[in-house]
Amino acid sequence: MMEQCETFEHDVLVIGAGGAGLRAAIAVRDAGLSCGVVCKSLLGKAHTVMAEGGAAAALGNMGEPDDWSVHFRDTMIGGQFLNNPRTVEIFAKEAPLRVLELEEYGAVFDRTPEGLIAERPFGGHTYRRLNHVGDRTGLELIRTLQDKAVSLHPSFHMEVTVTRLLLDSGRVVGAFGYRRDTGTFVAFRARAVVLATGGWGRMYKYTSNSWESTGDGAMLAWDAGAELMDMEMVQFHPTGMVWPPGVRGLLVTEGVRGEGGILRNSRGERFMFNPEYMPEAYKGKFAESEEEAARWLEDKANNRRPPELLPRDVVARAIYKEVLAGRGTEHGGVYLDVTHRGADYIRRKLPSMYEQFHALGDIDITRQPMEVYPTIHYTMGGIWVDPETCATSVPGLFAAGECAAGLHGANRLGGNSLTDILVFGKRAGEGSAAHAARAEFARLDESQMEAEAAVLLDPFQNPGKENPYTITMELQEAMQEGAMIARTQEGLQQCLDRVLELQKRSRNIRVDGGRAYNPGWHTARDIKFMLKTSEIIVRCALERKESRGAQWRLDYPDKNPEWGAKNIIAKADGDAVRLTTRPVPEMGPELRALFEEVK
Amino acid sequence: MLERIKLRVFRGTSEGGADKAYEVRTFPGMVVLDAIHQIQAEQDSTLACRWNCKAAKCGSCSAEINGKPRLMCKSRVEDYCDENGEITVHPVKTFPLIRDLVTDVSWNYRKAEQIPPLTVAPDTPRPFRMQQVDVDRVQEFRKCIECFLCQDVCHVLRDHNRKDGYFGPRFMVKIAALEMHPLDVLNRREQLRNEGGIGFCNITKCCEELCPEHIHITDNAIIPLKERVVDDYFDPLKALIRRIRGLPRGKRPAGPGRPRSESSPR
Repeated sequence: MMEQCETFEHDVLVIGAGGAGLRAAIAVRDAGLSCGVVCKSLLGKAHTVMAEGGAAAALGNMGEPDDWSVHFRDTMIGGQFLNNPRTVEIFAKEAPLRVLELEEYGAVFDRTPEGLIAERPFGGHTYRRLNHVGDRTGLELIRTLQDKAVSLHPSFHMEVTVTRLLLDSGRVVGAFGYRRDTGTFVAFRARAVVLATGGWGRMYKYTSNSWESTGDGAMLAWDAGAELMDMEMVQFHPTGMVWPPGVRGLLVTEGVRGEGGILRNSRGERFMFNPEYMPEAYKGKFAESEEEAARWLEDKANNRRPPELLPRDVVARAIYKEVLAGRGTEHGGVYLDVTHRGADYIRRKLPSMYEQFHALGDIDITRQPMEVYPTIHYTMGGIWVDPETCATSVPGLFAAGECAAGLHGANRLGGNSLTDILVFGKRAGEGSAAHAARAEFARLDESQMEAEAAVLLDPFQNPGKENPYTITMELQEAMQEGAMIARTQEGLQQCLDRVLELQKRSRNIRVDGGRAYNPGWHTARDIKFMLKTSEIIVRCALERKESRGAQWRLDYPDKNPEWGAKNIIAKADGDAVRLTTRPVPEMGPELRALFEEVK
Repeated sequence: MLERIKLRVFRGTSEGGADKAYEVRTFPGMVVLDAIHQIQAEQDSTLACRWNCKAAKCGSCSAEINGKPRLMCKSRVEDYCDENGEITVHPVKTFPLIRDLVTDVSWNYRKAEQIPPLTVAPDTPRPFRMQQVDVDRVQEFRKCIECFLCQDVCHVLRDHNRKDGYFGPRFMVKIAALEMHPLDVLNRREQLRNEGGIGFCNITKCCEELCPEHIHITDNAIIPLKERVVDDYFDPLKALIRRIRGLPRGKRPAGPGRPRSESSPR
């Protein structure tokens, strides 16, 4: 018999309290249903807080002929057509509404001279479209959504980690986990569950992600039998800090390039002008001389944008190649220079970058260039969801935000994640509320909870000697070496072998101490999710034998139209990973016409 | 910098505890949070601390380093080592201890619930039009990352434990962001004067000095709010006009001058 465990009942349980989870909770409360929100950390600390550059939505405030159809095209091209076109259509159409709604909730964006929301240029976006607050847009979003959610009184369960979804005849009816402060167990009974747990960038050594990004949502869904899609698509942000070592991987916002930042190699060459780096799809759309790029800063209507603003996958590969060719900086990066914009402008538009380099790197970015190198940033792949309702393939289970898949395809455009969480957070909230209104509460199955309690408590009794931190570090090294930006069959296979070996070793994890706020114990459970997620990423990367977006295979350097028409679906088969492919949903004639117009 | 340094970290619960010394390896750019992580990974995985972003953006890793309230992720070890290569790290003092460096900050979340959200007149034209100069100040306040270090250092909360009477600097800043929002129409002064307890602040500026986001908590938020409260409640001329005309207490603009006396409003 299991120990006593607290039990809560909510019409909808939202797991995750970043932007997607909070927006979902708002929608559930707006629908008049009771809602529980589980936060792995304290409220307001989720990874959304680290988003910097802005939220992409075609408000058209900058005097450019922007609308949803241009945003739709940009997102499809950026995602290399692996995206679900219906998902992208909903996204591009609803993004402006969701951004304007934030102003009603209290967000205060930067303004244009006309007093409207100011929009900045970003990689892969045809027009200025990133609605922003300096370089701390994520903080503005999460605080705004937090305040709004608090005013609607859902029940917040802070510092609670959910480790298993509870099923009843194949339907999700609850969740089980533990409280960090006491280490005691907690169960939730719900008519519907929304996963909004973010990504899994913590699997890599150099990451821009916080400790929370351990893939919980994808693995909770996996264990419940849900389908995952395109897990090989892991985004490397072109510009992470490289020095000093303590901050290696920390994000340097794309906003720096949006504000005119220039990339140079150690020879002083502005290498993004190298025609070798210009993809076919973008030829003729970017400045072809440094003079034109300089003129663009002042006159965006009559000049083309600098090639530093190509999509992230393109710029990240270019930096990788420059460093590989021996044209890197002292610490193995390239230079990113924004000094020509002047100290006042930089401090106003990029205040957190100024502070970050000043406090942590001893660099004054108003006078010195930054050193940057690609860092793991975002996961395009994730839980398969229906674009209309965000329902997963398991009844009663919904997902939104970074843990879900379908919007970004093979490469996410900067700024699209912040509007992703708003648009699909709301839809997941509404979808789950509609489901909850029809579904009954079910009795929670003791045996499922007992099984998970045993998994959780095992490290206290395990006779083994493995340290959860050591396994985490070894996994991060394996993924950094084998499943990074440039991939090969051999490297991926070696990586997979190491991951499987670490999975075996993880069965012998032993931790000391008690259950109250014990980080070693927390890590022991997190690492299980991380190891399985890593295995799936690597298997999918081995499967996709082509280069597309974030998936860059040195042994298959070209795009393959056959692979370009397929999403890879992963599903649990006992302990094994079963991979299949499914055709990418086709565009209807109206959406297709949007591309013909341009031609 | 020294190759190895010593960290004295508080270990214990609300029932008691003591400092424990750990030796850690240093590396360039190392921050105190790196040292804590090294201890967790290599020496004692039960050492409890909060952290998320490690980039001074989330405000989770607040602690007292050599007695000073600081974010551990932003505090370089070479800046805090004494001549013996030692640093002490304690939990924040103002909130009840859970374990080691983790405290129970839930009081702050309860205060946040008491503050009414942005309230815009229904007939305000959409989309909103606001000039940058009119939102600069509000944006300064909205930079707050809720590390609660200002709450920790505030002597009203820290030394006098008047959590029953004063919301603390964090929530003065939050109310200021709403009160000075160009489109907010709610009168927030009654709350400031009564349950908010703005009169408790006697402008020692301890909070302003240590804000990791460099928000001018006292100068730009608390003092102007005090002026508005004083304007509404203690200006004899305005009180007279109000009585004659029967006008409600207005919302703005802020009146001139600093409040003369700062006695507790209770």
